[in-house]
Formats: sequence, structure tokens, C-alpha cells
Amino acid sequence: MRTPLRPLARILQARQEGLNPDSIEKENLRIRHEALREKARARAQFRLVVLCASFVMAFGAIGARMGLMAATEPVEPRSRAPGAEIIAQRADITDRNGRVLATNMTTHALYAHPRVMVDPKGSAEKLAAIFPDLDAKALERRFTDGRSFVWIRKILSPEQMQRVHEIGDPGLLFGPREKRLYPNGSLAAHILGGTSFGAEGVHSAEVVGVAGIEKALDARLRDPAQGTKPVALSIDLSLQATVEEVLAAGMSMLNAKGAAAILMDVRTGEVLALASLPTFDPNNRPNPLVDKDAEPGDSPLFNRAVQGVYELGSTFKIFAAAQALELGLVKPDTMVDANAPMIWGKHKIKEFENKNYGPLLSVSDVIAKSSNVGTAHIALMIGPLRQQAFLKSLGFFEPTPLELIEAPGAKPLIPKKWPEIVTITTSYGHGLSASPMHLAAAYAAIANGGVMIKPTLLKREGPTTGVRVMSEKAARESVAMLRRVVTEGTASLGEVPGYEVAGKTGTADKPKKSGGYYKDKVINTFASVFPASNPQYVLIVTLDEPMDTALSETRRTAGWTAVPVAAEIIRRVAPLMGLRPKLEPVAPDAVTAASN
Amino acid sequence: MTEMVYGSNPVRVSEPVIPKWWRTIDKWVLTCVFVLFGIGILLGLAASVPLATRNGLEPFYYVQRQAFFGGVALIVMIAVSMMPPVMVRRLGVLGFALSMVALMLLPLFGTDFGKGAVRWFSFGFASVQPSEFLKPGFVVVVAWLIAASQDLAGPPGKTISFALTLVVVGFLAMQPDFGQSALVLFAWGVVYFVGGAPMLLIGVVGGIVAAAGLVFYESSEHFARRIDGFLSPDVDPRTQLGYAANAIQEGGFFGVGVGGGQVKWSLPDAHTDFIIAVAAEEYGLILVLAILALYGVIVVRSLWRLLPERDPFARLAGAGLACIFGVQAMINMGVAVRLLPAKGMTLPFVSYGGSSVIAAGITLGMLLALTRERPRGQMSDVFRRGR
Repeated sequence: MRTPLRPLARILQARQEGLNPDSIEKENLRIRHEALREKARARAQFRLVVLCASFVMAFGAIGARMGLMAATEPVEPRSRAPGAEIIAQRADITDRNGRVLATNMTTHALYAHPRVMVDPKGSAEKLAAIFPDLDAKALERRFTDGRSFVWIRKILSPEQMQRVHEIGDPGLLFGPREKRLYPNGSLAAHILGGTSFGAEGVHSAEVVGVAGIEKALDARLRDPAQGTKPVALSIDLSLQATVEEVLAAGMSMLNAKGAAAILMDVRTGEVLALASLPTFDPNNRPNPLVDKDAEPGDSPLFNRAVQGVYELGSTFKIFAAAQALELGLVKPDTMVDANAPMIWGKHKIKEFENKNYGPLLSVSDVIAKSSNVGTAHIALMIGPLRQQAFLKSLGFFEPTPLELIEAPGAKPLIPKKWPEIVTITTSYGHGLSASPMHLAAAYAAIANGGVMIKPTLLKREGPTTGVRVMSEKAARESVAMLRRVVTEGTASLGEVPGYEVAGKTGTADKPKKSGGYYKDKVINTFASVFPASNPQYVLIVTLDEPMDTALSETRRTAGWTAVPVAAEIIRRVAPLMGLRPKLEPVAPDAVTAASN
Repeated sequence: MTEMVYGSNPVRVSEPVIPKWWRTIDKWVLTCVFVLFGIGILLGLAASVPLATRNGLEPFYYVQRQAFFGGVALIVMIAVSMMPPVMVRRLGVLGFALSMVALMLLPLFGTDFGKGAVRWFSFGFASVQPSEFLKPGFVVVVAWLIAASQDLAGPPGKTISFALTLVVVGFLAMQPDFGQSALVLFAWGVVYFVGGAPMLLIGVVGGIVAAAGLVFYESSEHFARRIDGFLSPDVDPRTQLGYAANAIQEGGFFGVGVGGGQVKWSLPDAHTDFIIAVAAEEYGLILVLAILALYGVIVVRSLWRLLPERDPFARLAGAGLACIFGVQAMINMGVAVRLLPAKGMTLPFVSYGGSSVIAAGITLGMLLALTRERPRGQMSDVFRRGR
């Protein structure tokens, strides 16, 4: 497109005069250019002033900030880890009397900033001298390969810390660490479980529960809102120590592989002592077994009292008797058929050592003599449906609600179908597997007059309520039958003068992994209640593969193994619990004569 | 009579070069540069000793090198400042072309000195960082293009210069060197701003930059951590920033005394990026304010002298050079006082570094050349003012 020449009037005039219009056009262009430049210059001037002002302000701000910083006192450098602070505080755990079971101790972790180390080689050698498990060469390599941070130890003792201080290398640094301390060592180890470090920073580390009540109550123990208010357990430290001591002695005398004991208050459901042997030190938790073929029970970490799901044997017989009494099917002196062996279909029900207590036995004698056949007949009177409902109400179909992380995992093994043969075997404790804790809770229900209460490891203020599972009368008569087991029956070694021990023995053959049962491997249980006239406590003692070789023959029945151990425990713990022994009344005259 | 007999003295068509230079040069800026260089050597005596010790060299090795490179830089500066604007433009274009080629060759022949970014050519006794030399030439080229675009029927200089900027930024980001990329973008922005960028565009670009920053913050872990570290009121004392802040506080108003500073032993970059911390610790706020004032005088005075400038090229190039010089100093010191997020940037003439100081010499030489007093415009301009 042709651009018109401007200014047109002058151009036209020039053309008329025959002059060259180009010079006019050029002149016009020059003027326009000048005007444009002038405009640009004015704008640029303003913008240069803006730039000047910005620079003056920026430099001024830097100077002012510099002045402010120079005017403030330098503070001791205190760095804060970015992000959320790691919550390191953890509440203490005490027994029911406030004695400390778990607390925290401030220790230090050791780390290194290799870039500021003066003598990496020398420091590595000196560290290896302090900690024999460290390798000087490997440490030196980590110090010199260019990394800027190296963890060396998670926990230092004060002595070790002092010796590291004495190396004097500025690149070796300490971070405070809360360490969970169990001052009683292995005592109550399976209840407490243990802890390890969670999120770790230089300045603190999270202590998280890994087992037992430490894990089950982890949220409560670390709850900042609760502060460091301790958690009181139902455990009594003296009772726990006594139970563990006697149990350990019994276990070694009877050559048992393991043992467990539970002492429980029948009215509140509080567990006063809970022991499982072999045990471990929660301050230094052993590693779990790595061997896949190993049974979990082989590890000391295994809590037999809660996790050990066994067939509990004849200790179950009392449930059949109690239910029959409750249903009004029998009275304690009702005679039942006890003629052994009993044939049921293709099964043959025999007594221990093929004895025959028959042809007839009273219900009380069935329990006292531990007659399989008699119990089977009682169970058949009850029938499968009512038997299942009763066992369910006693808690045998669910894991125990104990405050241990292991408890929910210990599910009882229940027969899938429930024909009458299962009713028979279950009545004397075979076919249904449950933990000693289940047994303790069920016996507590019989002992306290028929109320099923929730067992707990936490201290309870006052009595608690539960679901009634049988009448008080049936419960009282059941306890009387259990008392006869000790006075006249299979648990005669369980008598403790003055404490009226009542209980029921149980000897179950250990099931093979491949199916069937071992002939010479048994689990012996003694479930006891004392004192019989006013039952207050339940004690369950379980021994794994015990063998009494004291006399010429080898005995594997609970009457010879678990019962004496339980009796010794009761003899020692009953006075500790303030239980007054019921002795023969002393003639008033004799007292007078002596005092004179 | 003598002239008649012996012939006349040859008539001087112009003044001798040196006196003319001395008459027209901005002596304030010149003085400030010399003083800054002196301060740089003084601080180098303190700040570079630990580095020399660490590298097993004699204590003042780096000071000697800096004195040598600084001498070269000052000579270059004076030589460049003697050039007329047209020569400055030619030198700038030539320098830009050469350093652009060098920049493109970096991925092939460059070295990263183990720092993760390929930015240097190594020549045995010294290394060269092309991006330092690129900046002054780049400013000159951009100013030339934008000035040309202001002519009637001139080339579309703004578009061309923007395309050029993108190419340069691309190459710098490849190294990667985001600090220099940002500086190059900033230089283009300043020249465009002074050259008449529409206000609407400035607003829109500002908005886009803010949005892009937000997107980067959300997407880049590294970037977000830098910004978070900058925004958080507490500074980890084990970082360079922490040491620098502590040094400034230790120094107070009058410093801990010559040679008494500690920060230089802890900071790896004490002689380059954090030299202001060394100055603050040993000589106190006094010296820091003096340094600030020197940079302020150089920048503001140069810009002020460009106000009546009639030559668009000289105005734009001068403004761009003064601003990149000032901004570099500003970023360096702003980081040390935590007004700006951490970004490695040398303090021109003061920090140690051969490429840096010689490039600063070229920049200042060009700036001095462009701000020299020259006959301004034509008589008509003077007359027109009265209208």
C-alpha cells in the first residue's frame, strides 16, 4: 500500500510549483521523529527516577535490616527441627500401689558431622575402643566419604558419653533421647511388652510401644493432653514377684518347658499377677524368632497366659456340672451313669488309665474323681445348643478383652460343627482350645456367684458389674464341688491350711502339628478358687510338658505338677493380700491358760 | 609572525583523549569503584585465608590472584570507559556474540568443578565463566534493538530482543544457573521498562510471575524448601544463612576487630557469596553501610546522569548496565540479611572471582563510557524548550 505523503497541503503546493516534494516529506519525518523521541525521553526520565527510587529503597531496607540485626544480641544458636516437634514424653506405668513399672530416663544418642571433624581417623579408632561392636575401618570410611551426617549410637550410658566427650572431636555430637526404663527388669515383662524408637530426629525421638500394654495403650501413654500422668495397672508388684518366683522354681523342678500363671480378683476382674515363663528383659527385648518352623511358644516373647491357646482338659468339667445345676437337671448328689468305657457311635470314651468309677457316681464325685464318662452323660443331658450358649456366655468364643496388644490375636479354636460327640469331648476339655486367661475369667464367674465380668489389667476403683450367667445357688454348689476336688479328689496336694483352696485339675495331651496327640507331652492346668467359703481370688497355673520324677515313677498329671505349684503360690500370696487364714477355732480356755 | 614564517601549528580538531576522558568521566562512580575494589582486597585478606589454608596454599594466595585479576579488571574498565557510545555498542555486540558461542559450547567443553552445574571453561591457571561476560554484552544488544525499534520504520526490536532473551535464558537454565537466568530476564525487563513498556503489560507480567512462583512452590520440593527456610522466623544455625546471621549479630556496630572474625572458618562461601558477613563480623555495621552506600552511589548516580541523555541507545544500555550491577549487589546482601531467599550471587568487585571481577570491570567501563558528558542534542532542543 502506498503511504500518503504528508503534510498533503504542502506537498500538493510544492508539486504545483514544480518542486521536489521529497525534501518536504523528509523534513516532516524528521520532525515526527523528534517528537517521538522527545516523548520517549520524557517517559524514560520518569521511569529512570522510579528505578532510582526503587534502588534507594532497596538498599535502604538492606541497610536498615543490617542495622537491626547488628543491634540485636547474638543468641546461643538453637536450631529447631523443621516440621512438627517429635513428641517424646511418655507417661509412666505403675502397679496398683503406685510402684513404678516403666518410666523414662534421659540419655543421649551419638551422631557425627564428619565435615567438621578434626581427625576422622583418630576419632573412629577411639570410638571403636569405646564401643567394641563398632568397626574402626568402617566408621572411618563413613566419616570420610563426603556425607555430612552419620548416626553412631542410639543410646549412650553416661560413662560412654563421658568417654566420647573425652575424644574431644567437635564433629561428634549428642542428641537427647528419652529411653524407656523398666526398673524391675524382667518382672511383668509380658504385661509391659516393650518399646522402640519411632520417628527419630537429632533433638528427640519418638518412643513407641511394640508389644504388651505399651503398644495397646500407646495412644494414651503418648497423649500430650494427659501429660505425664502415670497409668496404674491392676498388677501388684509383690504378688507378681512371688508368682514369678514360685512358678520359675516349679518349672525347673518339674522339668517343664514353659509355665504360666494368672491371679485374678473375682469381683473386680483385676488381674493381680500374670506371669509367663520363660521370660525376657523388656529393657533389652530379644528379637523375634526368624526360623519359620519354630513354634511361637519357643520364643520368650510368647505370652503363654494370653496367647497360649491350649486344650484345657478336665478343668472344663465344672462348666458342664455348673450348667446342669443351673438348668435344674441335676443336684450335686444326683447319681449319673459313669460306667466306663462308654461307647458312642464308633467312639469309645475312657477314663484316665482305663479306670472305671461306675456304674454310678454322684455329680459331686464326677468332678472330684474327674470322670470323663460321668461328665459326658451330664453334657448329653444339656445338649449341644445349650452347651454352646453357656460356653459362649463364659467368653470362650471370643478373644479376651485384656489390654494387651497380643490379646485380640489369641482367638479360641472352636469346633466347626457341634454334633453330640463334640458336646461330649468339649465337656471334658478336648476339641475346644482357649487361653489360660479365658479359663481365669470363666472360673471367676463361678467364684463370684455367677456374674461374668471383664478381666482387666488396669486398676479399677471399686467393684464392677457384668452379665449374670448362672444363679448364685448353682455357683455356690459348683464351688463346693471344686472344694471337694482338693479335699477328697485329684488335687489333694493343693490343700493350703486355712485358705480353703477349691479347684479342678486338667491334663491335656499336646496336639501334634501333623494331627493327633503326643503320648508323653501334656499340658497340666490347675484352676483354683480360694477361699472356698467366700471366694475372692482365682489362680490358674499351667505347666507345659512337666514331668514329676521325684518318686520312682514319672508322673505327668496335673495333680502331681500344677497343683503343688499352685498351692505354694497360694500359701505365699494369700497373706500378702491380707487374706485371714481360717484355722480351727481355738478353745477359749486354752487361750486363757496360756496368757496366765 | 612565527606562524607565518614556520607554518602554523597543526590545528587540533579535538581534545587529547586522556584529558577529555578525565573531564567528562563520572569521577564519583570511578572513585566508588576503586574504593570498592580496595575493600574487596581488604576483606579478601580476612575471608580467603581459611580457604587457602584448607587447600594447602600460602595464606594470601587468593588475595594475590584477586589483586592481579582486579588490576586487569580496572585497566579494562578504564580502557572501555574511553570509548564513545558507538564503540561501546560494537564491543558489546561482539562480546555478546563471543560469549554466546562460548555458552553454547559449554555442554561440550565445560567443566562443573564437582558443583553439579556446568558453568566454566577450565584453562589450567584460571577458569572462565562465560555467563559473567555475557551479561554486559547482552544488555548492550538488547538496548540497541529496543532503541532501534523506537525509530520510525525501525526494526521490531522488542520482539527480537525478547526472543534473544528466551534463547539466552534457555542456555543458562540448561547448566542449570537460575540466578543468572533471572538476572538476564531482569536486565531485559529493565531495558524494556525504560524503553517504554506499556503499563498494562507490566501489570499482567507481574501477575503471571506471581502465579508461576506459586506453581513452582507447589510442584518443586527443592524450591519449596528454600522458600520455607526463608519464610520461617527461625534459621537453622548450621546453614550458611545461620552462620551469616550470627556473624552480623556478633559484629554489632563496630565489629569484633580485624582478624577476630570466626564466621570465615565455618562458611565455605565466605570469600564469595557471603563476604558481606565477614565484613559485618570483623568491621561491623559501619563498613557494611559504607559498602551499601558505595553501591548506591554508583547505581543512583549513573541513572541520574542518564536522565538528560538524548541518545536512546546510551540511555537504555546505561540503565540496563547500572541496574544489573546494582541488583547483583542487592541480591547478595539481601540474602545475607534474609530479606531475600538464598541464591548464590557474587558481590561485584568485592567477592573473590576472576571472571566476576573482570566482567564487572567491563560492565562498569561500559557504564562509565555511556554516562560521560557529551554534547546533548541540537540547538533546536534548547530552543524548543522555550515553546
